[in-house]
Amino acid sequence: MSERREPAREHVTGVFGKRVQRREDARLITGRGRFLDDLGGNALAAAFVRSPHAHARIRDIDVAAALDVDGLVAIYTWEDLPGVLAEPLPLLIPHPALTHGRTAYPLAREVVRHVGEPVVMVVARDRYVAEDACSLIEVDYEILKPVVGVEEAAQAAHLVHEDVPGNVAAHMVQEVPAPDGRSAREAIEAAPHTLAFRLDIERSACTPLEGKGVYARWDADDESLRVYSSTQTSTSVRMAIAAKLGLPLPKVEVIAPDVGGGFGVKIVHPWPEEILVPWAARLLDREIKWTEDRREHFISSAHERAQVQYVRVGFDDDGRVLGLDVNILHDNGAYTPYGIIVPIVTSTQLLGPYKIGAYRVEFSSIYTNTVQVTPYRGAGRPQGVFCMERTMDRIAAHLGRDRTDVRAANFIQPDEFPYDQGMTFQDGRPLIYDSGDYPESLRMLKELIGWDSFPAMRDQAAAEGRRIGIGVGCYVEGTGVGPYEGGHVQVTSDGRVHVSTGLTSQGQGHETVFAQIVATELGVPFEKVSVVTGDTRRFGYAVGTFASRAAVVSGNAIALACRKVREKALRIAADALEADPRDLEITDGVVHVVGAPSASIPLSTIAVLSNPLRYAFDDETRRATQFASAPSPDRPPVSEGEEPGLEGRDYYSPIRSTFASGMHAAIVETDPLTAEIKILRYAVVHDCGKLINPMIVEGQIHGGVAQGVGGALYEKMVYDQHGQLLNASFMDFLMPYATEVPRIETTHLETPSPLNPLGVKGAGEAGVIPVSAVIAAAIEDAEGIPIDRMPISPSDLHALRLAR
Amino acid sequence: MNHHITLVVNGVVREASVPARRLLSDCLRHDLGLTGTHVGCEHGVCGACTVLLDGEPVRSCLTFAVTVDGREITTVEGLATGGELSPVQRAFAECHGLQCGFCTPGFLCTATAFLRDNPAPDDEEVLEAISGNLCRCTGYQNIIKAVHRAAEIQAEEAG
Amino acid sequence: MKPPPFDYHGPASLGETLRVLAEVGPHGKVLAGGQSLIPLLNMRLAAPAHLVDINRVAELDTIAAEPGGVRVGALARHAAVERSAAARAVQPLLGQALRLVAHPVIRNRGTVVGSLVHADPSAELPAVLALLGGSVRLARLGGEREVAAAEFFTGPLESAVAPGELAVSAFFPALPERSGTAFCEVARRHGDYAVAGVAAAVTLDEDFRIAAARVACVSVGPVPVVADVTEVCGPRPAASVGWDVDWDAVARAVQDRIDPEEDIHATATYRRHLTGVLVTRALKSAAHEAGHGEQGEL
Ligand SMILES: Cc1cc2nc3c(=O)[nH]c(=O)nc-3n(C[C@H](O)[C@H](O)[C@H](O)COP(=O)(O)OP(=O)(O)OC[C@H]3O[C@@H](n4cnc5c(N)ncnc54)[C@H](O)[C@@H]3O)c2cc1C
Ligand code: FES
Ligand code: FES
Repeated sequence: MSERREPAREHVTGVFGKRVQRREDARLITGRGRFLDDLGGNALAAAFVRSPHAHARIRDIDVAAALDVDGLVAIYTWEDLPGVLAEPLPLLIPHPALTHGRTAYPLAREVVRHVGEPVVMVVARDRYVAEDACSLIEVDYEILKPVVGVEEAAQAAHLVHEDVPGNVAAHMVQEVPAPDGRSAREAIEAAPHTLAFRLDIERSACTPLEGKGVYARWDADDESLRVYSSTQTSTSVRMAIAAKLGLPLPKVEVIAPDVGGGFGVKIVHPWPEEILVPWAARLLDREIKWTEDRREHFISSAHERAQVQYVRVGFDDDGRVLGLDVNILHDNGAYTPYGIIVPIVTSTQLLGPYKIGAYRVEFSSIYTNTVQVTPYRGAGRPQGVFCMERTMDRIAAHLGRDRTDVRAANFIQPDEFPYDQGMTFQDGRPLIYDSGDYPESLRMLKELIGWDSFPAMRDQAAAEGRRIGIGVGCYVEGTGVGPYEGGHVQVTSDGRVHVSTGLTSQGQGHETVFAQIVATELGVPFEKVSVVTGDTRRFGYAVGTFASRAAVVSGNAIALACRKVREKALRIAADALEADPRDLEITDGVVHVVGAPSASIPLSTIAVLSNPLRYAFDDETRRATQFASAPSPDRPPVSEGEEPGLEGRDYYSPIRSTFASGMHAAIVETDPLTAEIKILRYAVVHDCGKLINPMIVEGQIHGGVAQGVGGALYEKMVYDQHGQLLNASFMDFLMPYATEVPRIETTHLETPSPLNPLGVKGAGEAGVIPVSAVIAAAIEDAEGIPIDRMPISPSDLHALRLAR
Repeated sequence: MNHHITLVVNGVVREASVPARRLLSDCLRHDLGLTGTHVGCEHGVCGACTVLLDGEPVRSCLTFAVTVDGREITTVEGLATGGELSPVQRAFAECHGLQCGFCTPGFLCTATAFLRDNPAPDDEEVLEAISGNLCRCTGYQNIIKAVHRAAEIQAEEAG
Repeated sequence: MKPPPFDYHGPASLGETLRVLAEVGPHGKVLAGGQSLIPLLNMRLAAPAHLVDINRVAELDTIAAEPGGVRVGALARHAAVERSAAARAVQPLLGQALRLVAHPVIRNRGTVVGSLVHADPSAELPAVLALLGGSVRLARLGGEREVAAAEFFTGPLESAVAPGELAVSAFFPALPERSGTAFCEVARRHGDYAVAGVAAAVTLDEDFRIAAARVACVSVGPVPVVADVTEVCGPRPAASVGWDVDWDAVARAVQDRIDPEEDIHATATYRRHLTGVLVTRALKSAAHEAGHGEQGEL
């Protein structure tokens, strides 16, 4: 592991930074993708009886009626689970503040704590039959009082977990004093102006178009297990399965096939099904597959976003924040398998591009009888940015100043990097921003959206009886968290370059982007490079795809592995060409002496030379013999410290996160009569350091903004007081169609990260982060009514108008 | 009780023995092994399962296989002719109209039928045509671009 | 989400269909386009023992446009009616409403008659039938009856179709000369069922004064709510629809008739307000169309 800072080799082939078309598409546009449910055509199907109640004690499970179903293979309840499998699922990310972390059992034991919790697993000939059997299983429940709504839960009239007092999973306070040593509360008291208000954000969810799924094959002769899972982390699923089933790690392989979107929900692991399906496959010695359906995804995966925030802020006449005090109630649902990452991210990333005089943030993470809360694209940032940006707008309104001027007054300046926010980030490391140029970003955004000419536009619209408003939002996003990723690069004697990394892909175009890095670093044609991700047979150590980390962490690991390969290739070539390695260059897969193009040797030949075992299977091997020097009888064929083959493996472990940033602006129109809300324009300035493939980055932004628009205007999970999810379908959970998403105008700013060899920062989550804040600001501007709660529907806006 | 049905799928006569309740989506995917058609909701909203029934796009998750016994079905696997990608397929790749690719087969089938009936659509017509398909990844902008681009490619190749 | 098992019947003629329906009686359900029934089956919210699939009964696939109105057979798909120039000419409201029904791909399969029988209080076509005073023809083994719209919709997702009966066609009457229609709605997303929606029909007299004005509202009651607003509107010269009519009074008259409920998408208050706004919009647009737009600006 190393932190070298050579610049990327753009000059060699030039694909780095280009709008290269995607590798993945050829199979995906012809129906040849391999998604989870496309595999295992002959596998048995699993289905689950899930709790219809939000909170209940299981008195009895009667499976008798299901036993007659033709095609039924097996029925399992918690009682059937052996050993560690019967224990609660792991708590992945413990934290000292998480004093009462709780996780579910793979199948409910005694108590169910949300609608959708799995109670019985059924295995049958196909999914139709499995569902028939499920519908005949009778579970006798004693209904307990459900706890719904984070404020009710905080009152703790009833408990979600008997042994968790107050329903409080975690409580945490972070405090950053002002430079003069004053606390945030003191700074606010002493400030010329103060404001206090409450903000609300409701629940949404990742909702990838493909649900989760697991397919397991047990090989009885080999005593090994192969599992396919629609996961964001195959390496960790593998370790979980090995541990839970008591199998030696090398006997378990986990593969993430094509995955139809993740957005966070598939980073959680192991899902109950990820260990139950392999367990049953081994027990029954049959292939088994579980494909999550849409209703299951709504009621038994994960949600995010819901928070109540109480804000107090003190500021001066220019709008500079002198003290900020935020108290957050975070609804974590029924369990905390993923710890308290979300509220920690909210608390820290709330600061955005600003220098806040003194900051105090306190959160309570609270249990409710609802689906568990784990990261969804943005992972707590949208809430934090909502808080800070609404605060900036309130300050501007209070002072009668331009909203962008107030932001500019608080910006960290370009010459202040690295900038230490004085806090601890989600990875346990100091929150130090690496680079950025916020004033320039704001300037570009104002120009793009036409901020300064907007008043004229508003007047024009008003003259036509139309109401329009403009809003802006800024964010900073820590990306590319550690601890590490690895890359392996191998050149074979046919000249092909095989690359693998352990993290997974869900549509981000990693096969393309990583091939661009390799082509550039190694000096080989892009077409010769093939990339495999998320397959533990190819790469065993990885963390996973989340926190916008793939390009940063795997990208740099692969670049470093390439540099190893390059070094070795040049060494062998120097030997063969009798040249100084420093005079060698690789172009188009051929090593040549700079200035003497005839003195050259292709990498394919070097691949042959790198291996003393030289059976002449192909032309390349035969040709290579002309370069082979006679082996020295005094040395072993493979010298000490050397390995056969032209390959390299390296890891990249970032010292800290890199900090991408961006600013969005929107112009919205509200209908004075129907209260319908329409986004007329949406503009994005985005800075993720060096761009590897602008086309792909823009695609990520478009998708993120669309999800943000969903979260701002359409999507929310609505629970009733009994803990029933009222809109567990695409009919009523309103994911936007093309007709609801505006055209997104994007511009890039590139402030390279000084922290990694490629100078890149993450781009995956950015688009979604500030959207609710921006849309709320624009509606507020159009209507002149404070918008404190998102999402907002026409009906909500109508209610606000009536209450005015 | 199983029903014996015959479908002409992508120009090939295919037979299957299915229970009456077998959804066309499952019949294509599991009985006939054509897994290109995807299933994202099974209640008609997402459009991932869209296939062409006698040339017209329909939701295969809201159609029983027995109902369409004897009819012609085109799936994403049948859009390319003789190994050559159709204009719609090429345009989607060219315009980065897909990310995870799960929704893509539905969009491709919908757009193919649409451009056959309306070879030179305007923005609003394109939007209406794809308005019943959900995509969680792309934000639709490049999908819209791809449909226009496909119209262009089609016109270039016809002229 | 897979449908429960059922016995399948695929009759090829109307006679056979009626025989099967008589046999299975209350245990049977008709399968038309399946765009409402199959989602319910997939979610196991319905579990009929017998399904009678009418998709092979070609004689039901008819659209007959005559001067008096349009008769739509049970197998006519939304898309076919929407595209039928003859149907649109006789009763333009059909096309205006169908554009708002779901998405084009759903309309390729869903049937107009199926939509009426399904009787969703948020659906557009029941409001159209109710507004126009149309009817549905119900056939059973050995008999037939024509049920007027006012009696056809009996409650949310409930219609007058009795066990053993098939709705064979629906009749959408034409309007007199100098009539215009409109359908205005607000849905959360394009293509969704409406939060509120109003169908309107306006007929002008020879002096282009409002002679008749009716609206039908969706999503604000258990069945489409029809209101005759001729009295409140007219008779006033259509040339001055925009100035003379007391639109607030018209909106109030309709708002008094509806009984909206709150759900996850909207409050009852908003639905009531919205219906008022849409009543005005729809009536203005219909009056405009009735005068062929010659009679001045809105
Ligand atoms: C995503 C989506 C969005 C939609 N949005 C809308 C919308 O905005 N507005 C809207 O109006 N509709 C909407 N629909 C419903 C659509 O219009 C349906 O097509 C329609 O409601 C039912 O018609 P069908 O032919 O599909 O009936 P089916 O689903 O086949 O049947 C519906 C019911 O009617 C009965 N039935 C059908 N035909 C007959 C008959 N001839 N005789 C006796 N009984 C019969 C069936 O037994 C069943 O109970 C939507 C559907 C989907 C999937
Ligand atoms: S799977 Fe058919 S529409 Fe979603
Ligand atoms: S590309 Fe992933 S859902 Fe559309």
